[in-house]
Amino acid sequence: MKKMEIEFILNGKKRKIEVKPNDLLINIIREDLYLTGTKYGCGLGECGVCTVLLNGEPVLSCLTLAITVDGKEITTIEGLAQGDELHPLQKAFLKNGAVQCGFCTPGMILTATALLRENPDATEDEIRNYMRGNLCRCTGYVQIIKAIKECTSIKNKGLTN
Amino acid sequence: MHNTRFLTQEFEYFVPHTLSEALDLLFTYQDKRTKILAGGTDLLVKMKTLGIGVDYLININEISEIKNVELDKGLKIGAAVKLSQLEKMKAVKEEYPALYEGITSMAAIAIRNMATLVGNICNASPAGDTIPPLVVYGAKLRIVSKKGERVIPLEDFISGVGETILKRDELVSQVIIPEPYKDLGSAFCKKGRVKADIAKINLAVGIERDGDICRDCRIVLGSVFSKTLRAYKSEEILRGKVIKDDLIISAAKRAAEEIKPIDDVRSTAEYRNELARVMVEDTLHIAWERAGGKRW
Ligand SMILES: Cc1cc2nc3c(=O)[nH]c(=O)nc-3n(C[C@H](O)[C@H](O)[C@H](O)COP(=O)(O)OP(=O)(O)OC[C@H]3O[C@@H](n4cnc5c(N)ncnc54)[C@H](O)[C@@H]3O)c2cc1C
Ligand code: FES
Ligand code: FES
Repeated sequence: MKKMEIEFILNGKKRKIEVKPNDLLINIIREDLYLTGTKYGCGLGECGVCTVLLNGEPVLSCLTLAITVDGKEITTIEGLAQGDELHPLQKAFLKNGAVQCGFCTPGMILTATALLRENPDATEDEIRNYMRGNLCRCTGYVQIIKAIKECTSIKNKGLTN
Repeated sequence: MHNTRFLTQEFEYFVPHTLSEALDLLFTYQDKRTKILAGGTDLLVKMKTLGIGVDYLININEISEIKNVELDKGLKIGAAVKLSQLEKMKAVKEEYPALYEGITSMAAIAIRNMATLVGNICNASPAGDTIPPLVVYGAKLRIVSKKGERVIPLEDFISGVGETILKRDELVSQVIIPEPYKDLGSAFCKKGRVKADIAKINLAVGIERDGDICRDCRIVLGSVFSKTLRAYKSEEILRGKVIKDDLIISAAKRAAEEIKPIDDVRSTAEYRNELARVMVEDTLHIAWERAGGKRW
């Protein structure tokens, strides 16, 4: 199968790369670009561990053809920190014990960034609803919800929902 | 077990930027295994799990003509419009609440950022969550090919499980939803095993109210037959009548008798019948209240 060149922005940097039409985005990110923060779970859209941001919105890289992101902007978990300074959600996850084995964490945090941008005052119910496609086998979710809640706007912080 | 890690199919890929380019491709490759790629949330899963073969893949997401929603006496929704785009629109939430509820019941946000409304229709699953609401609102589809176009009611589009009347050189370019009657109340209801699951039963109802009377109504159920089913006899019980609790109860009972569910991994047929009765009753109540009708 003929390879085609695509150009896209990955974590703020322009990348040019040759892909085959049937290459999945997840494999290009992990195996060609060596960013292994994005995880592979079910491969069928059920678990959310392969979540990346496409033009800022969460999508599943296991169901995305790499060739379709030509001209677009992709953010993976590696793109959130500013140098050595972790993203507030990353800090909150660490602080609250929301990372155990860590396999779900990249997808969780990326999804949560989109939630908080859309709805900075998200209530616990809204957080649970938005995060429902990201599965975690370790934490029981309580610490994850708590960490996200801590990053909602000041106005909302004191409330228990 | 199938391999979900790679796509093993080899195909040629096209990304047309205009509708006419896409239609030329469909026309040229109509005798081959040619597939349209919208969100890919059904197509890629099927390629991975069922190994369906594809020779030519046409990505329709960069066609600007089909990327927007026109708000003009109803809604005209292009084939590349994502579900999450629709759920964020005030007009969808307020004027077509059953569609809003159907969309937001689906999967999770990442899937809805990828998936399209037209993809849900063309996939023609009996469990497709947007189909009952769209039938309630009398949606039509604009179908185009190199040779011309036709507009047909959604109700006539799906012919069986995974099957539509689409010809091989055609695609659906737009969903057309008419303006709702001023006192229409509508609602959607779905039961899965857990939230965000594929439905055991999903349904939508719409009641047009004229004073105490139901001037017209639609009761549309999914996952209970090879395609979405309208409970015509149940609708007949309500149409033209003064709405009372006992009438809603008998309409719900009738709807449960009209469906033809199957036993499968998600439920037995018996359970689905009983569930349908309760769900139709509850949803009719909600719709009647939304139509401005009084409760007793
Ligand atoms: C984890 C998961 C959960 C899901 N949950 C739900 C759920 O709760 N409820 C539900 O209803 N569905 C669910 N789905 C199924 C799926 O997400 C939806 O059916 C979705 O709307 C499909 O849209 P798409 O754009 O991704 O379609 P695609 O996969 O791109 O296309 C689907 C089919 O339609 C054809 N097609 C697409 N666009 C056109 C067009 N314009 N003209 C002609 N043919 C076309 C394609 O060739 C393909 O055969 C789920 C899927 C996954 C993976
Ligand atoms: S690996 Fe993509 S959703 Fe599970
Ligand atoms: S921390 Fe282990 S899966 Fe979530």
